[in-house]
Amino acid sequence: MSKQRMMPAINLALQEEMERDNKVILYGEDAGISLLGQTTGLQENFGKDRVRDTPICENIMTGMAVGAAAAGYRPICHLLYGNFIYTGFDSIANQAAKLKYMTAGQVKLPIVYMAVIGGGRSAAAQHSDIPYPALMNLGGVKVVVPSNSRTAKGLLKSAIRDDNPVFYLTAAGGGRPEEVPDDDNYLIPIGKSEVINQGNDVTIISIGSMTLKALQATKKLNEKGIGVDLIDLLSLVPIDEDTIINSLKKTGRVIIVDEARDICSAASHISAILSDKAFKYLKSPIKRVTVKDVAIPYSPILESHVIPEVADIVNCIEELLELN
Amino acid sequence: MMSIKNYVNNLSDEDLKRIYKKMLMIRKCEEHLGEATKNGAFPGAVHLYIGQEAIAVPLCDQLNDSDWISSTHRGHGHFIAKGGDVKKMMAEIYGKSTGICGGKGGSMHVADFKKGIIGANGVVAGGMGLAVGAALASKMDGNGAVSIIFFGDGAANQGVLMEAMNICSLWNLPMIFMCENNQYSEFTHTSEVTSGKIVDRAEPFGIPKYEVDGNNAVDVWQAAYQAVQRGRNDEGPSFIEAHTYRQRGHVEFEYTFLSRTYRDQSEVELWKTNDKDPILRLESYFIEHSKYSGDDIEKIQKEVQDEVDDAVKFAIESPEPEISSAMDHMIER
Ligand SMILES: Cc1ncc(C[n+]2csc(CCOP(=O)(O)OP(=O)(O)O)c2C)c(N)n1
Ligand SMILES: [Mg+2]
Repeated sequence: MSKQRMMPAINLALQEEMERDNKVILYGEDAGISLLGQTTGLQENFGKDRVRDTPICENIMTGMAVGAAAAGYRPICHLLYGNFIYTGFDSIANQAAKLKYMTAGQVKLPIVYMAVIGGGRSAAAQHSDIPYPALMNLGGVKVVVPSNSRTAKGLLKSAIRDDNPVFYLTAAGGGRPEEVPDDDNYLIPIGKSEVINQGNDVTIISIGSMTLKALQATKKLNEKGIGVDLIDLLSLVPIDEDTIINSLKKTGRVIIVDEARDICSAASHISAILSDKAFKYLKSPIKRVTVKDVAIPYSPILESHVIPEVADIVNCIEELLELN
Repeated sequence: MMSIKNYVNNLSDEDLKRIYKKMLMIRKCEEHLGEATKNGAFPGAVHLYIGQEAIAVPLCDQLNDSDWISSTHRGHGHFIAKGGDVKKMMAEIYGKSTGICGGKGGSMHVADFKKGIIGANGVVAGGMGLAVGAALASKMDGNGAVSIIFFGDGAANQGVLMEAMNICSLWNLPMIFMCENNQYSEFTHTSEVTSGKIVDRAEPFGIPKYEVDGNNAVDVWQAAYQAVQRGRNDEGPSFIEAHTYRQRGHVEFEYTFLSRTYRDQSEVELWKTNDKDPILRLESYFIEHSKYSGDDIEKIQKEVQDEVDDAVKFAIESPEPEISSAMDHMIER
């Protein structure tokens, strides 16, 4: 166990998995020098054959992953920022998500598409999106969103070992540094969430970058005598329905904190699942704390207005409990 | 390769003065930004154009407000060259309400549609389709306006370039492909990610191609003159590759997060010398070929610096955006 920041933990997972399986290859723009730190040192360790600097060409990058996977490799396609998933979206949506199904399961596509997502850094509208709602709607890809260094490592290793296309999306602003197990078989199963705080009054389901804010909100609510069951969702496809439904059975109230824009967000989908499957346990409406339906603005005061803050989470719960 | 005809006689003393002044304006604005960002004076990151001024300015100097330009993440220079308001650009980068985009876009999205500036762009080659669309509109209007896409050597590897060249050639659109080859795509040398010569990519599409020393303002002006005239006369697209060098980092502060260097400091220093730097080169040409002297240059430098100082003051003193403005301008309800 050692305390690690997000990027070194991701880097370690990549080192370990490339060491373990020589079919794992990685490519991306500036993968050698590494713009954001995930891939630092990989090219030195595994050579330019397995760790490739690509030109700027997301369309071919995403498509190449499908072909290389079909032909027996386990490609990791590093797309830098979530917004560049859009640039390479055709092969993701039309090929990666559908080829196995269309060909009646003839092919396995063990691909990891990797990017950082979200705002909070005045990077403006074209570098701050949360693209997972669109990805969730494709059906044929898994989506994971770790929130700290430990889950970042465990989920990435699982993603690399998975035989499906997996989107591995981490917060651009980093995440909580945590104790990360040294075990090179430390895996967090895709499709399992983690209950990171126990309480009886309300359930918070948080995703990615919002988990840290939800933790801070939980502390504030605890001080006011409100007990929070806090679930760090971790996987969006598939969703850990059992854990969220069990928590709702206990608390009867739920809010979902999601950095996606509200319309068709992950939060809306979770809300739909809960009202379908757990309606009778609800004591109050399911609430979503999400990003306003606008592009992410550059100015910090505008940006913090549209992205949920700790106070928004606290207020939402207080209103729900009719304390205001 | 199209030979670049000598039109230099068309450049009067006043033309040279105007071009020099604009180039200096870009340089001084960005020198300020490079300094100010160290102290966190404004919110976002900046990609500086320093060293490439001799590309945007001589080309845009031949354009009117009805012509269109579409540019890159390194877009301050194009904005200023096309006549964008320096104060409003500065205020935008400072994230203020008086900014050209009300503080919503920042450095990577400075745009002024009234001036034909479709804007900077955060997506590499993202501006390509926009420029082609504007060229199509000009063609349909038959107004002789031209459309320019500024893009980097890195952007030249996006497939959309091929799509753009094909359609512009096919439809004979008044488009100028202005590739600024500054030798690097982020932190990777162009040679490591690019096959062949970029300018040669125009050839199979039948697009006339020009290769030019992008640090020589006069050469760029001449190549641009031919391309602009072709567009105005409905003769179709042109492709220019201008060789240049990015004197600053890909993004300011890059060594705070990069694990190693990617180019020698001596290489960077070389491009700042009298023989290489586009502004110093134009300066000596200017003194040699016009009625102006070193004293006049000093005067111009002072004027430009004063204007930049005013712009910075304006940006700093301007109010933050109204919070309610965050909800404006998405879709009409
Ligand atoms: C579609 C897309 N992919 C990747 C990036 C990240 N990125 C920003 S600038 C850049 C390099 C651009 O190189 P070039 O086109 O040569 O322009 P220069 O920075 O040299 O001016 C990259 C890869 C991006 N902004 N957009
Ligand atoms: Mg470049």
